[in-house]
Amino acid sequence: MNTNGNTYTVIYSTVLVVLVAAILSFVAMSLQDKQNENVKMETISKVLTAAAESDPSVTIDETTNVMQMYADMVTAAFFVDGSGKNVESMELGKEDLNRIEVPTTADLKKQNDLLKKIDGGQTDLLGQLRLPVFIFDVNGTEIRVIPCYGAGLWGPIWGYLAVADDGRTIKGAIFDHKGETPGLGAKIAEPAFYDKFIDKAFSDADTKFAVVKGGNPEDQNTVDAISGATITSQALGKGINLWVKYYEPYLKTVAAAKTEKLLQQQAAASVQEDTAGEATINEEE
Amino acid sequence: MKEKINWKEVLLQPIFKGNPVTVLVLGICSSLAVTVQLEGAMVMGLSVIIVTGLSSFVVSLLRNSIPNRIRIIVQLVVVALMVILVDQFLKAYMYSVSKALSVYVGLIITNCIVMGRIEAYALGNRPIPSLLDGLANGAGYALILVTVAFFRELLGSGTLFGVRIIPESFYAAGYMDNGLVILPPMALIILGLIVWVQRSIQKDLQEK
Repeated sequence: MNTNGNTYTVIYSTVLVVLVAAILSFVAMSLQDKQNENVKMETISKVLTAAAESDPSVTIDETTNVMQMYADMVTAAFFVDGSGKNVESMELGKEDLNRIEVPTTADLKKQNDLLKKIDGGQTDLLGQLRLPVFIFDVNGTEIRVIPCYGAGLWGPIWGYLAVADDGRTIKGAIFDHKGETPGLGAKIAEPAFYDKFIDKAFSDADTKFAVVKGGNPEDQNTVDAISGATITSQALGKGINLWVKYYEPYLKTVAAAKTEKLLQQQAAASVQEDTAGEATINEEE
Repeated sequence: MKEKINWKEVLLQPIFKGNPVTVLVLGICSSLAVTVQLEGAMVMGLSVIIVTGLSSFVVSLLRNSIPNRIRIIVQLVVVALMVILVDQFLKAYMYSVSKALSVYVGLIITNCIVMGRIEAYALGNRPIPSLLDGLANGAGYALILVTVAFFRELLGSGTLFGVRIIPESFYAAGYMDNGLVILPPMALIILGLIVWVQRSIQKDLQEK
């Protein structure tokens, strides 16, 4: 048989390619569920790690069952729209771990596209926003975790910020990336970098937060950039800024609720003091 | 007509005397990139063994039917198929390792060892010897990878497979992990040292 003829070559390559395509699609389809589950687990682990950063006594390592820990610690998870209203709840998985719902990076990207449009002036889209919020009870402290997303140098970068109940202090942070330069931009995913975010806070000014070159560690609203990774650092700062800007209505309600609670507590305490004072006066009499 | 095959040579030649990394100097890029941690190096080595073995086997099965003019393309398609399969399985069952290896699993396709063995061996030999030749060459590569990773993880992070080997008391006494070993240039130097050791043992490898 002439294996060098044109007809033979064309038929051979067609059959081969179709066959290979069939094998690959079959394998890809049968492994899809398992792969998606891995991605979900990773998101859960990232959200949880951000929350756990606020308390050094909570540790997460490879042996931790992150799904169980998530279900134990989470108290609420929902989406807020552009006005800070809770519009949709997420399944917490308290009864069945497999039912835990978390947004994927693809969901974050969708929200990011929407945010960019809104920031460009299409404010009528504000109501369509679905920004995720996770509330955790970390050993009695209420911690909210919010995501952020941005375009790095080579691909998307994203992360999760743990915010205290005053709606502005960062208690923990964790970032990840699709393919930033190893040793440079990829450093955003290392604790040495994201630990610098702890105890920083969002500003009330237009720029909520920034990652700047030669940043002063004392400055509350900035974090020092990674040298040699200017674009990744700037992109991260921009991403955080954009997301926090549209979380602000929600974060303000959180802060307001805290102030109210404090006032109530103070009022209650002063009433107690008064009665205690009266009691001593009575005794003196 | 049946050619007599020296099985011992097929299996052992690529591991020591004809090692694809230290003697043929192929696959250097990935051996610098994925040798920071022993676990990653092991998985990478295993992936390459599977890819070289299976692609050599499949190409050898097809060798009499492949049109000569599109030979390289056919080989490429077969290798790509194996690499994607390995990548998909890693993503499903060893997610953290697959993330650590990132693009390097996909880049096995550009590893000269794979195409080199197909061109040099599988196209002219029967499937079973080709399979063994592929596996042995992959093993030769994996051996070097694991050796380099052993030193890099031990000296660079003080751990092996993520388990602390160098005791805390050493650190208390002033010992420090060598950060340079984590960086790729040091992998090249370790690789050079391995080549040196090998050549001083096997004198016939030395150029006159």
